[in-house]
Amino acid sequence: MSKKSQPFEMDEKRLIVGAMVCLSLATGVMVLMPYFFTKRISPPPGLKPYTAIQAEGRKVYVSEGCVYCHSQQPRDAKQAPDAKRGWGRVSVAGDYYYDSPHLLGTMRTGPDLFNIAARQPSKDWQLGHLYQPRAYTPGSIMPSYPYLFKVKNSSEVTPEDEVVNLPPQFAKPGQTVVTTPRAHALVEYLLALDHTYSPLPAIAVPGDEKQLSGDK
Amino acid sequence: MDFNVAILLGTYIVSIVALFLFVYSMSKGMFGDGSNAAQMIFDKDEIGHTEDPAATLQQKQKLQFDVGDKDTYHDDLISDDLTARVEADQSSSLVVGICFTLAVIWLLLASLAGLASSIKLHAPDWLVGYDFLTFGRIRPIHVNIVAYGWCALSGIGVCLWMLPRLLKTKLVGARWAILGGGLWTIGVFLGVVAIALGKSDGMEFLEFPWKIDILLIIGGAFVGIPLWLTLLKRKVDHLYVSIWYIAAALLWFPTLFFIANLPNFHVGVEQATVNWWFGHNVLGLFFSPMGLATIYYFIPKVLGRPIHNYNISLLGFWALAFFYSQVGGHHLIGGPVPSWFITLSITQSVMMVIPVVALFINQYYTLKDNWRALLHSPTLRFIVFGLIMYILSSIQGSLEALRSVNTITHFTHFTVAHAHLGLYGFFTMVMFGAMYYIMPRIMHWEWPYPSLIGLHFWLVFIGFAIYIIWLTIGGWLQGMAMLDAARPFMDSVNLTAPYLQARSIGGGLMTLGHFVFAIHFFIMAWKFGPQRLGAAVIGPELVKKYFKKGAA
Repeated sequence: MSKKSQPFEMDEKRLIVGAMVCLSLATGVMVLMPYFFTKRISPPPGLKPYTAIQAEGRKVYVSEGCVYCHSQQPRDAKQAPDAKRGWGRVSVAGDYYYDSPHLLGTMRTGPDLFNIAARQPSKDWQLGHLYQPRAYTPGSIMPSYPYLFKVKNSSEVTPEDEVVNLPPQFAKPGQTVVTTPRAHALVEYLLALDHTYSPLPAIAVPGDEKQLSGDK
Repeated sequence: MDFNVAILLGTYIVSIVALFLFVYSMSKGMFGDGSNAAQMIFDKDEIGHTEDPAATLQQKQKLQFDVGDKDTYHDDLISDDLTARVEADQSSSLVVGICFTLAVIWLLLASLAGLASSIKLHAPDWLVGYDFLTFGRIRPIHVNIVAYGWCALSGIGVCLWMLPRLLKTKLVGARWAILGGGLWTIGVFLGVVAIALGKSDGMEFLEFPWKIDILLIIGGAFVGIPLWLTLLKRKVDHLYVSIWYIAAALLWFPTLFFIANLPNFHVGVEQATVNWWFGHNVLGLFFSPMGLATIYYFIPKVLGRPIHNYNISLLGFWALAFFYSQVGGHHLIGGPVPSWFITLSITQSVMMVIPVVALFINQYYTLKDNWRALLHSPTLRFIVFGLIMYILSSIQGSLEALRSVNTITHFTHFTVAHAHLGLYGFFTMVMFGAMYYIMPRIMHWEWPYPSLIGLHFWLVFIGFAIYIIWLTIGGWLQGMAMLDAARPFMDSVNLTAPYLQARSIGGGLMTLGHFVFAIHFFIMAWKFGPQRLGAAVIGPELVKKYFKKGAA
């Protein structure tokens, strides 16, 4: 084929070296630099670590794939009206300090959930909405999650059961919907999704000491 | 921030300087003589002879008459080189056959999972009784089977088949690839079961639990072994452009997959950057190169004419390697990540126009004046369709990365349509075309029912057109509705309903097409059905000569 080798003739060595240099550059910029950037971040004072039950609920959120329809990253008001929809302020890296896996999401088939607890703090609403979303939001295309609940005869409900209070037209007479541990944990997690605190460190203002110490 | 600006500026300067040096050295001929290299996929009398084993005798004649430069048929060619090529094909036939069989089974499962996910979006109370069938599990099952089941195995199969032909020797170490493909398939199977059981790792394209990922990394590395072993035994001086893409893809994937799946390493928002560094690179540095390698081989091969400008393909390769590897950040525009990160990815996404234009120029001038070949060659019809979709989806991708466009399309079904334009319109269609060409060569059997090839094409073509057109429009409207604060969020949900239904119809036709393809594939694999005109190997004399030796 080609008679003499040219300075840059593509052979195995040049190919491997070139391919790996390109990938290393990308890895450096897109993995290592963000890694050191993230390492420097400390959690905002208003952000609490997840409790055991919330962490458990987060696992249910992951396993049921909520992330495929719900994002957790309100955008800046300059870019999109997320704040006007009640989804909260733009999120910052520190808000995700305790999150693994990250659940930023890439779809908004449903609304952003980063501040769902602030927007909809009712446990009854959250439980009932998981059982049958269309009982609360007509036209919703969110799946119902009957397998996260148990339907019992009302007479068999024990005091330990967490009862789901459905809107009257969706409740079947004589039957009561109660939660399973998964539904309970998931709702505990959803009710912890409140990032409405200020992401900035508190700045001491003279005269504020009294307010901060609690006597209003 | 100054440090960030410096990094960004540095990257630009490095890329621009590299680009100019590259173009300069290319114009000085430092990369070798392109025209010789472009002809290396042909034997001495082959140029001017069209070749499509998937075509009927009539189609072959029309193909040669319309676009071939010679008055003889490819089937009549006899030479020692062609005998050697048959032997090269033999050396890879078992491993390629295994990869294809597994890939086709995954394709059917993936189609069913995809169709179920699609229907669930407009029938949200359908099949909700079991957790493994919920949308949030069946959707990642669909994506993972498509990516790691169908695309990876079909791509690997096609690449392993091209290797010995391009290196003009027998495939060495095929058993490593069979072992690797086996481990890989077990990994995909276990990973899908894990998602179904709710054991997902929770990040898109990285759902498989990391313990299962080990199987894919080892399997992927094993699949690469025949490549390196065969490269050592090669009988050619120059490595054809397809080899660059194949070698790079098989090198890149295990590296990417390993880094992205390191357990207990990635933290906070960095997990998101890694997620999308990987998520886009698995497309751009694994599937795309395999698809492009296929395009670079089959279009010239079927037409019997070398690539128009071989040196431009070098530019395309290195620009892809450099720019594509850094585009992932455009999935996080508006997200809580540093702005230099986003800006870098947007810039590189736009720079992706360079390799795409390089490919376009090359293939356009190769195909120019030969469009009639699409009427006669089933292989070419699929592959050229895939090529056009690659160019469309790449340009769409570059535009989609722009902040102004991204603000509308991000978070909507528009992105889903874009993903299908790439992985289906481009990659899957190219793989269909290549498989139609390769199967007769490795089975020594013609496609039993040529009309089924046409039926397959038109079913997936129409289904895909419905899918893409309606979902793209629906996604765009959804994004516009979401940006209008005066409209309630539910508007953006309600308005998508008809588009999502149309998508299910399109997806249903595509699934139907896949079943037609799979049935045809298995009829052929088991050598059922009528055998037209004898085996479709290169010339009937050659068959006799070859089979006298007793190989089967």
